Amino acid sequence: MSGTHQPGQSSTLRGPICFAILAALLVIEGLTSGWNSTLGILNMGLLSAIMALGVNMQWGYAGLFNAGAMGFLALGGLAPVLISTAPTPGAFRAGGPGLITAFAVAVIAVLLAVQAYRRTSGKLRGLLVALILIVGFFAFRWVFDPAVTAVEAINPSAAGNLGGLGWPTLISWPVGALLAAGAAWLVGKTALGLRSDYLAIATLGIAEIIVAVLKNEQWLDRGVLNVNGIPRPWPVPYEIDLQNSASFVAKAQSWGMDPTLASTLTVKLAFLALFVVVILLLIWGTELALKSPWGRMMRAIRDNEVSAAAMGKNVTRRHLQIFVLGSAVIGLAGAMMISLDGQMTPASYNPLRYTFLILVMVIVGGSGSNWGSVLGGILVWYLWVKAGDWGPDIMGWAASPFADGPLKDHLLNSAAHMRMLVMGIILLVVLRFSPRGLMPEK
Amino acid sequence: MSYLNAANMTGGYGKADILHGCTLTVEKGEIAVIVGPNGAGKSTAMKAVFGMLPLREGSVTLDGQDITALSPQDRVKMGMGFVPQVNNVFPTMSVEENLEMGAFIRNDDYRATMAQVFDLFPILKDKRRQNAGELSGGQRQQVAVGRALMTQPKLLMLDEPTAGVSPIVMDELFDRIIEVARSGISILMVEQNARQALEIADKGYVLAQGENRYTDTGEALLANPEVRRTFLGG
Amino acid sequence: MDVINALVALTNYVLIPATAYGAQLALGALGVTLVYSILRFSNFAHGDTMAFGTGIVILFTWLFQSWGISLGPLPTALLALPFGIIVTAALLLGTDRVVYKFYRKVRAAPVILVMVSVGVMFVMNALTRFLIGVDQITFDDGERFVISARQWRDMTGLSEPLTLRSTQVITIVTALLVMVALFWFLNRTRTGKSMRAFSDNEDLALLSGINPDRVVTVTWIITGALATIAGTLYGLDKSFKAFTYFQLLLPIFAAAIVGGIGSPVGAILGGFVISFSEVGLTYAWKKVATYLIPHWEPDGLVQLLSTDYKFAVSFTILILVLIFKPTGLLKGKIV
Repeated sequence: MSGTHQPGQSSTLRGPICFAILAALLVIEGLTSGWNSTLGILNMGLLSAIMALGVNMQWGYAGLFNAGAMGFLALGGLAPVLISTAPTPGAFRAGGPGLITAFAVAVIAVLLAVQAYRRTSGKLRGLLVALILIVGFFAFRWVFDPAVTAVEAINPSAAGNLGGLGWPTLISWPVGALLAAGAAWLVGKTALGLRSDYLAIATLGIAEIIVAVLKNEQWLDRGVLNVNGIPRPWPVPYEIDLQNSASFVAKAQSWGMDPTLASTLTVKLAFLALFVVVILLLIWGTELALKSPWGRMMRAIRDNEVSAAAMGKNVTRRHLQIFVLGSAVIGLAGAMMISLDGQMTPASYNPLRYTFLILVMVIVGGSGSNWGSVLGGILVWYLWVKAGDWGPDIMGWAASPFADGPLKDHLLNSAAHMRMLVMGIILLVVLRFSPRGLMPEK
Repeated sequence: MSYLNAANMTGGYGKADILHGCTLTVEKGEIAVIVGPNGAGKSTAMKAVFGMLPLREGSVTLDGQDITALSPQDRVKMGMGFVPQVNNVFPTMSVEENLEMGAFIRNDDYRATMAQVFDLFPILKDKRRQNAGELSGGQRQQVAVGRALMTQPKLLMLDEPTAGVSPIVMDELFDRIIEVARSGISILMVEQNARQALEIADKGYVLAQGENRYTDTGEALLANPEVRRTFLGG
Repeated sequence: MDVINALVALTNYVLIPATAYGAQLALGALGVTLVYSILRFSNFAHGDTMAFGTGIVILFTWLFQSWGISLGPLPTALLALPFGIIVTAALLLGTDRVVYKFYRKVRAAPVILVMVSVGVMFVMNALTRFLIGVDQITFDDGERFVISARQWRDMTGLSEPLTLRSTQVITIVTALLVMVALFWFLNRTRTGKSMRAFSDNEDLALLSGINPDRVVTVTWIITGALATIAGTLYGLDKSFKAFTYFQLLLPIFAAAIVGGIGSPVGAILGGFVISFSEVGLTYAWKKVATYLIPHWEPDGLVQLLSTDYKFAVSFTILILVLIFKPTGLLKGKIV
């Protein structure tokens, strides 16, 4: 990590050198721990890179602090569940009309409340709005609760949720982006244009709520019971199919490879190819946007909000656009991640891992730099995984002088938290000594 | 040597100088007023005297001592009081607490000084429990001047004390400022209301483009036809 | 009689718990609002500061217990509290010297400082977990109840039970004492007034000869004390778990903003607004309803919102305030 941040001849070489070092690290990982492990880290690293690209649009292009990336990610992950899993037989007939009516009631109540707020004033206004909302709430629950019970009663051990539409997984990816964008629009509309850190606090809140919904609404995604067997996207094959295919086994054996290992590697490589395509498309699109007048204005606003506003630019509107776009990219990554995992496990969403670690990736890579986000995403993910491996080793070495006993046990158990410390220190050091990151924005 | 002698001040915030060899002197108990068109460097000159602007050339002495290198805080300890043009009170603190904060660097008993301030601005005594942010513009200016007086300065500097107040309040404020000067405190003041300010000034400086254009007694400047035509609007 | 029983149930399940929780949130929000007004950023590390302080208090509690020292009917943690405060304040001062000071010097934008506080949050998070692990820890000892269900029945003869746990009383009394002390300090002492002056108008405070380093030092010490006390009270009342404290950030921020960020009275008000809404909306009103409406047996729990959605309450209140009154209920400051 170089402490200098003057642009110079070295800066053109800096990116390639950083990526070369990263590649070398991954090759070493492949030679020592096997290629399966390398591809595993790389695939998740690429997904992290997409999340980082989204966060970078917000923080790097516009200086918006999104403290709720986890929420948009989780919401995006809902898309594969709702779009590409098989429908639960009878579930929609049992609860669908009720659920749709319930949400219609909720929307109507909110719209009525807004109208009441606009058209009345004084004490009447408060009373009327409260009354509409309270009546609306009870009406909602009155329709909603039986519908939920009906859905959750259907085959509860395996389903108990609405299920999906059974459409191809690739379609669910943009849908995930749309879901996240919708939530981002709601949050951004209220919290943008106020103090800069209000957005951070509002996003922190929406993220907790989205994850709470995913954990508790069984009719939607089975909650903490998890949804398994989410179909893979085209053209990624299944290991078992490959292993049963005579031609694949023959080919693997002709290369001197174990067919089981060859099948897992093939699957991971197929995901890898898909992810690379998405990243390249995203970078191509964002670079194009950044070079357009829209992108120039965006950077002008970030660099001097006051003068941009004085020039008559609608800063809040631009911020809303970029916030929604960035969140959509995070939602896309969320849908892709669920497709990779093949299951939805709402309890696994942890803000340190899915919100704050992504910020570390963006800042380490270089705020405002797309390739920096990709580098930061893969590199920081690699360090996160490896710090989890190395922590116990280092701790075991550090604790070796101590006699066996509670102290030694405690030290060994603490090793898992080492990576929090490492990430915190990396973030603080980069912010302090190299605020433009490894690959500074040009 | 004058009590305040800011000689040949040259400097600015960035590369470009705002002041070009500007000189200001104030005698003991004298009211000196800086007037001039917008952008003439009036406030900047005041800030330079107070140490809030880095000087490339020139020096500032107070009572014969060179204070060019001192920070604003140290200049306060040397006997300078400064009333900024805006944001010059603590809005959520009471009038009394504002004055107390003015006396923060004093370790002795400041109650007598506070009594003097209340004598000078009786309205503040009535409102001493009220938050400064809730007062009218003119009253807030009185709090600001009172706060600066709490350190018992020898030189009081006022940056447009009458900005945004009504003519009646302005006259009253000027009366108070004369009273302060009578007690032996030197006054250096930047004023937008040039004519009224020069009427109470012992000495007036007309600045233009960071330079001294005219320097004379207030009366003489008011009588000078060229000053009247160019700077006082006829 | 039924009306009285309904009132007892209401007091037992809503009023007492919400008051205790509100006091804990208020103390947390006071810490956030203090850092906000003096250092001018939203401190994302505050939840983890609370966790760290509580962790230290727990370690000292265990130490004292192993020595056989106790406070009799009161929890040993109260004896450990001063030590926890000292260690936490020292950590915050060290952090300020190593991390925050630089950004003050270069006058960094508030949002940069928020990001820096995220880095501090990671480090504190790790420190707390190193010290005490991730598990749930219960560390209250001493007398459990001020009024137990049986005493209540003997005393009043009412069928509806009411219990007053000692940790609830300790929370409310301690919080009250701390708030009185804080307001006395801010309004009556020279240092406290200089802090308010610094918060009001930094430039003028500097002109008046107020030493910024001293103001910042005192601020961190008070913040450490508030965070440790808030965290310890919360842990005594419920239990300690590092991640729960991180999650408290949201209701605490909501309390500070709802009350009017930068305003200490607002922080306290906000804490109680959040706690009463949260407890009231997630309480199952079945019991109270059955007492009040004769011959009615509700099918459900008459719970407006599942407790899993308690964060939604803070969030909704926060959003409503941001839409309709961004300066908060009591006018805070917008820096």
